Amino acid sequence: MKLRQIAHSRTGDKGTVANISVIAYRAEDYPILERYVTAARVKEHFHGIVRGEVERHALPRIGALNFVMRDALGGGVTRSLALDAHGKSLSSALLSLELPDAEGRGSSDDR
Amino acid sequence: MRSIRIGAGAGYAGDRIEPAVELAEKGRLDYLVFECLAERTIALAQQEKRKDPSRGYDPLLSERMRKVLEPCRAGGVKIVTNAGAANPVAAAERVREIARSLGLAGLRVAAVTGDDVLGQLEGSLHIQETGGTLADLGDRVISANAYIGAQPVAEALALNADVVITGRAADSAIFMAPLVHEFGWSMEDWTRLGRGTLAGHLLECAGQITGGYFADPGPKDVPDLARLGFPIGEVDEDGGLVITKVDGSGGRVSAATCKEQLLYEIDDPARYLAPDVVADFSGVEIRELGPDRVSVRGATGHERPETLKVSIGYRDGYIGEGQISYAGPGAVARARLALRIVEERLRLTGVRCRETRFELIGVDALHGATLSSGGPEPYEVRARVVGRTDSADEALRIGNEVETLYTNGPAAGGGATRQMREVIAVVSAFLPRERVSTTVQCLEVTP
Repeated sequence: MKLRQIAHSRTGDKGTVANISVIAYRAEDYPILERYVTAARVKEHFHGIVRGEVERHALPRIGALNFVMRDALGGGVTRSLALDAHGKSLSSALLSLELPDAEGRGSSDDR
Repeated sequence: MRSIRIGAGAGYAGDRIEPAVELAEKGRLDYLVFECLAERTIALAQQEKRKDPSRGYDPLLSERMRKVLEPCRAGGVKIVTNAGAANPVAAAERVREIARSLGLAGLRVAAVTGDDVLGQLEGSLHIQETGGTLADLGDRVISANAYIGAQPVAEALALNADVVITGRAADSAIFMAPLVHEFGWSMEDWTRLGRGTLAGHLLECAGQITGGYFADPGPKDVPDLARLGFPIGEVDEDGGLVITKVDGSGGRVSAATCKEQLLYEIDDPARYLAPDVVADFSGVEIRELGPDRVSVRGATGHERPETLKVSIGYRDGYIGEGQISYAGPGAVARARLALRIVEERLRLTGVRCRETRFELIGVDALHGATLSSGGPEPYEVRARVVGRTDSADEALRIGNEVETLYTNGPAAGGGATRQMREVIAVVSAFLPRERVSTTVQCLEVTP
């Protein structure tokens, strides 16, 4: 399944940094986010767009993760040549991330 | 426990005006706050002010004030805004004129100045983004403004100002100032200042917490976005917060809209740097109390930073751009041919670009080739060429080379557009806070 089925998301920008929230619709799905939507996967997903590091901050009380992506906006909103200089559309790209379906997650704890 | 109602009348300089009027008339507000100042706005405003000393503030300020001053006066609603941009004093004088023309004698309009620190910076100042110094930017620097906090705005309110106009104040600070003033919060009460900063952070983008920037038909439907209501924050003496909006307005306030805005433009949620406090949002809890009523609790704070952030605007060359569309069978192939032709033309004619992008809107412009791969071929596509140059002439030639594809390029290209603009880039630095001193001036409307 796609991340979009269990979570919603919003992108913000500050200078050359983009941040993307990933928020579970239902509290019981938050552990799936925490387990599968890692900083490394997000960095890989945005390969070619995000040049710097990706950090993840967890907010379990609201069932959300916040990804902070350094050097992600082509030199910053004010000088970027990008059509979407703010990176506002990046959240939609992240929601296309593939997650294992319920049976794939299973009880066997497949690491 | 006592609480006050603060409405957000604008989330950016160009925002809709009717939602602010709706708040002024029906919001039962104590304060109406307009956040109108993006990073780059103040640099552009500084250029305006240099050309004409009576300008340099938000061009929409006059229209906003003409529409809200009367209902605010009638309802006892005070106004705070950073729409003063590079010239808060001229903005205050303009608002006084408007108030006088509306017959609002006795209205008090305050201007907060001191954020403009351009004249007091040393060349050795370290620039965060470049790793270099201010001196490296030479005579291209056009503005330097420190992000000031809530204190001077609260001082203006203590002088019985009905309207307070600032330049570069932190977005959250112009919302927190009414709380500091009304509840007499200490400027060292880090917990309450952290909560006030959270209230400001959630409200500052106006419609982004009432259903704007949120709708996704199917999973996230929002009613009546054409009449989106702007938010009201009910804040109590301890900083407890409820987000709501005017009954019957469009949009929606839900736990989900509040969560998205909580994390909007956030780095480490445990360390949100504001001029007055390092706020900690990591333990925030969000609960729906009823339709369009959401409680947000649990923010805290730590001692404020020793330095204030300074935004520095400078001229950074030019950007030229051209676009042209293709449709029907073979559209993508013709658009790619168009891009190759322009790339070669720029080389042949000696247009020197520091950076370029050649892309297809509808195919790969937003997220690049990797994320976009595997999609079906679209019916129509728009070729886009954009480049950064040192001279305006060269930037103009980029758009021209796209336009000449009409008669010199692939078949059936239509709707060519071109544009050129000077780049005003913004970088940041940090200044010890004691180096920034603010002043409050209060004008009164005479009959």
